[in-house]
Order: sequence, then structure tokens, then C-alpha cells
Amino acid sequence: MKKRFYTLWENLIRASGFCSTLLVLSISFYLFREAYGLFRNSGVESGYSIFVHQSNPIQEFEPDTLRKIFNKDVRRWSEIGGIDERIEIFSLSDLEKKFKEEALGPDLQFVPEKVWEYSENKPAIIGYFPSKLLDSRHKTVAVRQIEFSDLVFGDSWFPASSPIASFGAASILLGSLWVSFGAILFAMPMGLVVAIYLAEIANPRMREISLHFIELLAGIPSVVFGFFGLVLVVPLLKDIFNLDQGESALAGSIILGIISLPTIISITQDAFLTIPKDIKASSLSLGATELQTIFFVLIPYAKSAIFAAMILGIGRAFGETMAVLMVTGNAAIIPESFFQPVRTITATIASELGEAPNGGIHYEALFVLGTILFVFTFLLNLIANFFVGKKS
Amino acid sequence: MIPKFLFLVLLLCSSARGNLYAQAIKVKGSDTMLPMMQLVVEAYLKKATNVDINLTGGGSGTGITALLDGTVDLAMSSREAKLAEKMKFKEKGAEIKFVPIATDALSVIVHPSNPVAKLNKDQLEDIFTGKINNWKEIGGTDSKIIVYTRESSSGTYEFMKENILDKREFAKDAISTSATAQIVFAVSQNKGAIGYVGLAYVENIVKPVAISFDGKEYIPPTFNNAAKGIYPVTRPLFVFYNAANESKVKGFLDFLLSVNGQKLITHKGFIPVNWQ
Repeated sequence: MKKRFYTLWENLIRASGFCSTLLVLSISFYLFREAYGLFRNSGVESGYSIFVHQSNPIQEFEPDTLRKIFNKDVRRWSEIGGIDERIEIFSLSDLEKKFKEEALGPDLQFVPEKVWEYSENKPAIIGYFPSKLLDSRHKTVAVRQIEFSDLVFGDSWFPASSPIASFGAASILLGSLWVSFGAILFAMPMGLVVAIYLAEIANPRMREISLHFIELLAGIPSVVFGFFGLVLVVPLLKDIFNLDQGESALAGSIILGIISLPTIISITQDAFLTIPKDIKASSLSLGATELQTIFFVLIPYAKSAIFAAMILGIGRAFGETMAVLMVTGNAAIIPESFFQPVRTITATIASELGEAPNGGIHYEALFVLGTILFVFTFLLNLIANFFVGKKS
Repeated sequence: MIPKFLFLVLLLCSSARGNLYAQAIKVKGSDTMLPMMQLVVEAYLKKATNVDINLTGGGSGTGITALLDGTVDLAMSSREAKLAEKMKFKEKGAEIKFVPIATDALSVIVHPSNPVAKLNKDQLEDIFTGKINNWKEIGGTDSKIIVYTRESSSGTYEFMKENILDKREFAKDAISTSATAQIVFAVSQNKGAIGYVGLAYVENIVKPVAISFDGKEYIPPTFNNAAKGIYPVTRPLFVFYNAANESKVKGFLDFLLSVNGQKLITHKGFIPVNWQ
């Protein structure tokens, strides 16, 4: 009877382990599958086409050129190797302004004809219309598909821009790295000192009390940290450093540093506690002071665990969403200092997924960001595991 | 124990279903209109019987898409239907009615200490696209202009882009916030800041600037100026519905356009449609 009971438990545990592995695998498969779709698109909304006048020599558009044209950064065809005329942009909303509603027909059936009529004799025109309104008379021009390098190295993130969205995520990827890096710069020394204090110096009662508070810190929801940051840290930074705006990478780093402190402290402290007592004892008996022992014996002994704590702290900061969303300003620019606003991967996904139409390119681009986030934290965890497992 | 518990849950669920009202009107769309609609819906539900209203936001585009898919009865929209959307409705064979229910004025706000009190359209375009980035270029102090904007899901963002920015993109270093109230808070805290919000959100802690489209007359965004139609950046707020569905939504629409309904809209800082 008892034996059967144990077998049952054993099988249950095995089954749940199997299920969770399967779950993780299917989640990552789903992530990659959704993300992959982006690279079969050009950034032009599906079902729409770009056309130019027959006499225009252009064969294929670079996504970036097209974006510049529609953003009016390029105003003449000659700037991109065409005729010396001002580019005229023509889209459905212009059609409404150029023709009266009656001219378009009560059931809008004359729209295709009007599109042709308007663009027929305009050599400088560039049109953006649903493909089904165009026919073989229009010269439609293909747009190059998005490549992975566009995403990683491009620096303009206008995912909902019409007619062409641009998904240059360099500023976002760097933003995430920059904020996490700043967080660890701030949290690592502090965490290390606290861990040493708790493991080596504090008396048991003090340690007990402090650990409770650190656990409490770990239990605070990140939106509360975000709120604290927005209302206190942001205005404070603005005043102290006399900044133009307080929403900055620095504010994000400080908040993320606080959030990742418990992770760092608990791992480092555990590492110190597991150092065999005789190592410390031999150092002390050789005449080293307590401080010398800590710096020259204990820290080197625990260095791989400390390193692992740092990596996990970065991972914690990298994946944090709500707090950074609230304090970093979310401007997609490549960060040059800690005083500039940054936009992180997590904040981008959180604030944009709601509006991104299911299955559209914007949606897929956000999944690419999610995949990058996933791969990065996965690697960080692997590295951390390697160092935790390693015994000096 | 467990089956009993499950049974209880099932029972609760089924009884909740049984209590559902005879018909629930589903309303979805513009976030700008959400607070005002909430107020109207609450008042309507107190009065009306045997009806329920499910109200959700998500942005004007979301509401219109949902109406197109037939998953909602009323779409709230802070802009007119685009030609592309009208064509989609035509394709589906749906006859859609567009009912204006209120008007909103878009206000540009700065810090109260900012000496700049008026801006014309070109200046606004250059500020929000990042071409002008110091206040001294437009008669202010020598300090950087910090642009606050909304996330791109916002209908107000779209409206700014269409009407002030000449369809260009916002400055790359503009700080984007996920809520209108956050813009008001940030601008009230930051001497160099500029942002844009609906008239209903303008409070004493920020200063609205007068705006001119012709470069001659500068109009401050006030309720009266917007109601008289002389303020240049106003937009009608609509609800859309399918004509085939009229009987279901008529009761609520009538209330929305009634004196009481319009009073509630005014209460939230919007201009009623039949303003004299």
C-alpha cells in the first residue's frame, strides 16, 4: 500500500516535471514562430502598395528612403537620384480632400478610377493605396524586406508609422543594457557590502532582523518602486543634477538597483555562509585581521558566487518592466549618458502590445524583441549557473 | 471535497449567467472618451431597466475594428472614420451611422513659469518634431525644450500627428508617457516642458498656450472659444454603429444626446454637440 503510494507520487512528480519542460519549450517555440514573421515583411502595411509614375526610374525602395520621403525629410526626387521635382505624396486621406464625396460615388465605387485619374499625369507622385484599388496601369514599386540587421542596428523605432513602419531597435536594446549596467554598478558594491556584513560581522539577532527587511524589499511589487521613482527620485535627480528632465537612465538604474539588491544580497550571503569555517580560522590564526581575512581570503574564495550574483542581478534588472516604464522617459534614442531618457525592451513591449494588431508586423516586431529578451536572460542564467556550480 | 468545491464553482458560474440582462450593449474605443462615457453609462443604467452596458477603451482604431468585426454595438471614436475604414464597411455591406456626441479641444500646455504664451502652427510643428529645441528660439528663456508625448496607441497622438505635425514623426527624444494625466504631472514639474492634452485635462498647475493657425490671431484654449468654434484645434467625438443594429442602441443614444446626457458630458469638460 505504502509502496504504491510512493510510486504514485513519483509518477506525479515526473509528470509535472515533464509538463513544465514541455511548457517552457512550447512557449519558446511560440515566441520564435511569431517573431520570425517580421522578416518576411517590408514594413508596409499588408494589403497596401506603393506606386510611382511610369516615368520614374526607381525599381525598389529601401525602407529607410521610403520613410524619409513620407516623413518629409526628403522632399525632392533628385535627392534620391530622380528628376528634379518636389515629391508629391498621395494617399487615401488626400483623396478625400481632393475630391468631393459625391465624386467618389455613393458606394465609393469610383475610388479606383479617381486614384488613376489624379496620378496619371504627375511625374513626381508617390502613392500609398490598398493594392486592390490599383491595377496594371500603376507602376507599383517593391520595398526591400526587413532584415535582422535593420532591427539590431537601425536606430529609428516608429512601429506604427504609416505607410511604412520602421523597426530599428538599436536604441531600445542599448537602452535595456545601459539601464541594467547602471543598476548593477550601483547595486553590486552595496549588495556585496551588505552581504559581507550579514554573513561575517552582524550578530545572529541583527542578521535575523535585517534578513526580514531584505525579504520585505524583495516582496514589494515593482509598480510601487516605479511610483516611488516617479514621484520622488525623478524630481530629486532633476534638482540635484540640474537636469532638463528627471526621467532618465539614471533614475531607472537607481530603481532597478534597489529591485535587484535582494537577489544579489541573498546569493552572495549564502556563498559566504557556505565557506568552510577552517578557511577563515586558518587565516585568522596566521595573524590576519578580520578585515584582511574578508578581503584577501573570503572574497576571493567566494568570487564565482559573487560573479553569479552579479549576473543574476543583471538578469533581474534586464527583465524588469513596470518600474522602468514609469521612470526612464521611454524616448527611443541611443543613450550617450545616464542623464538621458532611454526606452527599454520590456517597456516597449508592455506599452505597445496592446495597440499592435494581432499577427501584424508591429506585433511580430514586439515578439522579436521578446525573443531577444528571452535569449539574453537565458544566456545570463546559463552563465550564472556555470559560476554557481563551480567550486573555487 | 474537491468535486464538491468544483460543483459549487459551476453553480455560481451558471447562476451568474442566468442573471445576465436581456441585452448587453457593448461599447469600445477611444480612451479620451472613456471617462465621459463612464459617467453617462452609470447615469443611464440607474434609469434604464433590463439593459446592461459593457464599456471598454483601447483607442479609436480598436473600437472601429471591433465594430467592423461585429463584436461591439457602438464604437467610440475621437476622429472621423478614415476612407479606408469606410471602404471596409462598404465591403462588408454594413451601413454605418456616425453620430457626433461632443467636441474636444486639444490644448498645448507648458510650465506656469514659462514666458511663452502663444505659438503658431509652424512653431508647434517644429517643436514637436524636434526642429526647434531651445525656448529662446521662440521668445523664451535659454533652456532646452522637453517634449512630452503619448504612446502611439493614443488617438490624441494620431490627431496631433495629422493636424499639427503635418503627418511627420514626433522628435525622437520626446518623452512618451502612457497616460494623459502623466503629461500634466510632468509638465507641472518641469520648467522646460511642453505637452498636449485634451481640454478636460487642463488644470491650474500647467499653463495652456494660445494657438494660431493663420499667424494673426492667437486663441487660448477655453471652453467658450472651443464651443464658439474659433479655437483652431478642436475635434468632434463620435459614436459609430451599424444601422441594422439601431433598435438595440437607440435607447442609450437618445440618452447620450438628451439634455441630461449632454450635461454630464459638459461636466467632464467636453463641449456638447448642440451648444448655443
